[in-house]
Amino acid sequence: MYGNAAIGEAAIRAGCQCYFGYPITPQNELTEYMATNLSRRKGCSFVQAESEVSAINMVYGASLAGVRTMTSSSSPGISLKQEGISYLAACELPAVIVNISRGGPGLGSISAAQSDYFQSTRGGGHGDYRTIVLAPSSVQELADLTHRAFDLADRYRIPVIILGDGMLGQMMEPLEFKYDAPSELPVRSDALRGAKGRPSRIVKTFTSRPTELEELNWSLFRRYRLIEKEETTYEIYLVEDAELVVVAFGAAARIAKGAIRNARANGLKVGMFRPITLWPFPYEKISELTQTTKHFLVFEMNMGQMIEDVKLAVEGKREISFYGRPGGVIPTPSEVLRVITRLYYQKGLKTEK
Amino acid sequence: MKKVYRRPKSLKRAAFHYCPGCGHSIVHRLLTEVFDEMNIQDKVIGIPPPGCSVFAYHYLDIDMAESAHGRGAAVATGLKRAYPDALVFTYQGDGDLAAIGTAETIHAANRGERITSIFINNAVYGMTGGQMAPTTLSNMKTTTTPYGRDTRLEGYPVRMSEMVALVKGAVYIERTAVNSPANIKKTKKAIRKAFQAQIDDLGYSLVEILSPCPTNWKMNPLESWQWVENEMTKEFPLGLIKDATRTKDSTGKRDAD
Amino acid sequence: MLLEQKTVLVKEMLIKTIFAGFGGQGVLSMGLNLSQAAMSEGKHVTYLPSYGAEVRGGTANCTVAISDEEIASPVASSPDFVVAMNQPSLVRFQNQIQSGGLLFINSSITEPVVSRGDIEVIEVPASDIAEELKSPKSANMVMMGAFSKKTNLVLLSTLIEVLKNTFKTKKMLIDINKKALTAGYDLF
Ligand SMILES: Cc1ncc(C[n+]2csc(CCOP(=O)(O)OP(=O)(O)O)c2C)c(N)n1
Ligand code: SF4
Repeated sequence: MYGNAAIGEAAIRAGCQCYFGYPITPQNELTEYMATNLSRRKGCSFVQAESEVSAINMVYGASLAGVRTMTSSSSPGISLKQEGISYLAACELPAVIVNISRGGPGLGSISAAQSDYFQSTRGGGHGDYRTIVLAPSSVQELADLTHRAFDLADRYRIPVIILGDGMLGQMMEPLEFKYDAPSELPVRSDALRGAKGRPSRIVKTFTSRPTELEELNWSLFRRYRLIEKEETTYEIYLVEDAELVVVAFGAAARIAKGAIRNARANGLKVGMFRPITLWPFPYEKISELTQTTKHFLVFEMNMGQMIEDVKLAVEGKREISFYGRPGGVIPTPSEVLRVITRLYYQKGLKTEK
Repeated sequence: MKKVYRRPKSLKRAAFHYCPGCGHSIVHRLLTEVFDEMNIQDKVIGIPPPGCSVFAYHYLDIDMAESAHGRGAAVATGLKRAYPDALVFTYQGDGDLAAIGTAETIHAANRGERITSIFINNAVYGMTGGQMAPTTLSNMKTTTTPYGRDTRLEGYPVRMSEMVALVKGAVYIERTAVNSPANIKKTKKAIRKAFQAQIDDLGYSLVEILSPCPTNWKMNPLESWQWVENEMTKEFPLGLIKDATRTKDSTGKRDAD
Repeated sequence: MLLEQKTVLVKEMLIKTIFAGFGGQGVLSMGLNLSQAAMSEGKHVTYLPSYGAEVRGGTANCTVAISDEEIASPVASSPDFVVAMNQPSLVRFQNQIQSGGLLFINSSITEPVVSRGDIEVIEVPASDIAEELKSPKSANMVMMGAFSKKTNLVLLSTLIEVLKNTFKTKKMLIDINKKALTAGYDLF
């Protein structure tokens, strides 16, 4: 199954009831999957919106009604959704937003890139808020993390972003679904469904009293602290004895892994650290690694965005190098292996005896 | 021997990347013929959209600048306001002009921006792989209407030209097609008139061109030409939709309608 | 855990193939067929089709990677095998093949001009054979048969099993495609 379709199927199995999208490459197969498979399910709805601005606002509406809802797009379309995401965050509404990202800036290229790291992890739109950001690196993980995204969104009443890329969305890999679609679709208890038998509810953020908004900001950030504590996720690979640790996420991480396998075969003690939640970012674990690792290499398919978080985590205790290919160029494992090898010897790191 | 067919001066020497039978190539050629004949190659500035025609600048030998999806009319407005001597046109697909860019289009027209929109209606999103467009016919199958466009859920084909015709700032609107030699000729005439309206400083002009997309319609070029004739024109009748160019003077004070 | 992972590092089998041709030639289904066959033989597989503007003008291609281990990248910058179903594909991909790799050419409609001496060129008159079998559309399966014989990547029987699954309800198509596969396989 294609990565894009895997997300769609996983969303349906997670009880996603409403999907709103707008065509954009390289995520079209997801929209098309929902058109074919969600539109005819009982109680479900699919709309091809007239723009991404509309699509995210439809998500806002469906989330108000208390159902699991999702939209997907690629970089330029995600830019248009930022206003809506800010409103979702402000109103504490759960939603899942998929970014099968591509090269930028501007119309850019439709090839896979990771240049939306800042946009995803820094809120993206206006105001003081965060969104949970999940970064899958295989088709299996696209499906698994989609399911998790819906759960997280509901548990913390927060928009969750799945940051994939054109390579993951377009490729096909063996895949297993761990859940069946629920027979009953969940409805949140705080939904707006008419004030029948209860006092009326208002969902809003605007206020003429700054202190009231300040209180909202505080309560959001208390929740964000909780998310940081509970939900930070990462993968480590051969780091125990590593002199050099490559830090990479998503598609870049699987490429790095291939390179590391070969580096190990050549006797270089290299490991990998892969953040799976980009926000919350696993600062603590990286900080821990500074005790055992001499050097970090951050590898991204952009000009260096996640490296800022790695620097925050390393706090100057170790040296950090960077290798990146922007614009939608997909580096090869052997290219990364060359970078690792050169760096390894330049820094005089110890090899296997 | 008399040469009866040559490459227009405004057309670059490059092989089109469009699919065989695609209407974009024909419209590109017509545009460049008009530029040559009106001798405006050095005055026109084109705004191509995200869409199959995003590479129009590979072929049209004029100044061009890409816009964000749907924002063509706004970009053209800014350009024209900043430099009124230019002849500014947008080249837009139906997804671009009639879905995401509806607001920009209607308001540019309503302000009577002295710009021209070349609107390619091929009833689908071509570039992204054949999804439903606002202009997709009822019951027509696309990749996002796999069971056919259900008008109860997905609405009706949008007649954008008729809608834009309602605003006073729009002075010339015609719907043509590029599916036969006769229609191609009419299209060229319409493009000419649209630019003339801009040159005469009258207001917004729009030419909607029904254009085959054999690839996403899953037809061969001949079938797609016939489909334009037999199906599309039923929903989108060809002909002049609005012409206020004769009754409106250049100050725009006297209204035709 | 560490040591275990290290021992498997050494023997890495990773084969990448690009299938390319005109839109209607079924190059994507060739890739899918191979992927599914390799998957059912217990291999790690990735399949990556060309998409977007790349497919305008009527050409298509896909990349299949097959390995005993996790696959790092589904992209092939220097594939081991290339299957060129038409002339533009031949022109585009012949220089990318790894030295010592195999280049399959649909010689019925392609001028097999190859400028490299370090790869093996295999000419398969796939369209002609399909024509003879009275199903011009199954040229891709003729090629697939030849491909499986020459590369030994997957068994012919597995490919046939995959076909049976793909065309579950259309027995006619299974027979035609099976015939085409076998005809290609028996060429060499
Ligand atoms: C904000 C944004 N959303 C989506 C896209 C993806 N996109 C590129 S072209 C296009 C529309 C293509 O359809 P149309 O305008 O009808 O032109 P055609 O390709 O048929 O000529 C879309 C949705 C984009 N570039 N930017
Ligand atoms: S997809 Fe359609 S509109 Fe795009 S180039 Fe091909 S025929 Fe033309």
